[in-house]
Amino acid sequence: MKKEEIIALLPYSDPFLFVDQLISISDDAVSGTFTFKVDSFFYRGHFRNNPITPGVILTECMGQIGLVCLGIFILHVEKGSTNPTFAMSGTKINFYAPVYPGETVTVQSQKIYFRFNKLKCEVQMLNSENVVVAKGTIDGMLRESILE
Amino acid sequence: MTSEEIFALLEPIIKTYLPQDVSAQEINRSSDLTRELNINSAHLVDIILDIEDVFNIEFKNEDMEKLRNVDDAIILIQQKISS
Repeated sequence: MKKEEIIALLPYSDPFLFVDQLISISDDAVSGTFTFKVDSFFYRGHFRNNPITPGVILTECMGQIGLVCLGIFILHVEKGSTNPTFAMSGTKINFYAPVYPGETVTVQSQKIYFRFNKLKCEVQMLNSENVVVAKGTIDGMLRESILE
Repeated sequence: MTSEEIFALLEPIIKTYLPQDVSAQEINRSSDLTRELNINSAHLVDIILDIEDVFNIEFKNEDMEKLRNVDDAIILIQQKISS
């Protein structure tokens, strides 16, 4: 499965797609990048006159790359699924540094387990200077639905 | 291991994943894990993984289909311990 095919299967679109590119993917790890556009909607209010990427958006970006992209790949390899659906079930993320408008981040995710349709991953986000800005675990339930 | 002994180990595992609005007193051997105790599918997996650790056994995907209430879990655990 090609990296572009995985991104095409993501169920998100602008303004809530937070994956630009996948750098590498295997059945137990993934890494990818995203650049936060300066005119993104959330900078208008977070914070007033002081735009910083909200932690929930960083978490979402980590989830889309670290959990959903990896989940699409795993379900494709294991079950031939081409149209999986996802529900995030839990997150525990700590934040270490701000991410400003226009910054490019790299998300790296390592599978902890995938059992009984639950995928749990250790995920970290690095900024362009390779400083860890966020780190933690994300888990979600994956459902395969195979399109005819 | 008797079913009472298994229940005594199982109850605290289930208690960990109960939602706020369900009291631990509602856990009994006939409790349906998802319908009555309101445990969601993600936490049901957590319970299985904890059971595997505590009893040193391994669950398979088909075991999940047999798992509805607390007694189902006890029967599955008993089968796996003795095999």
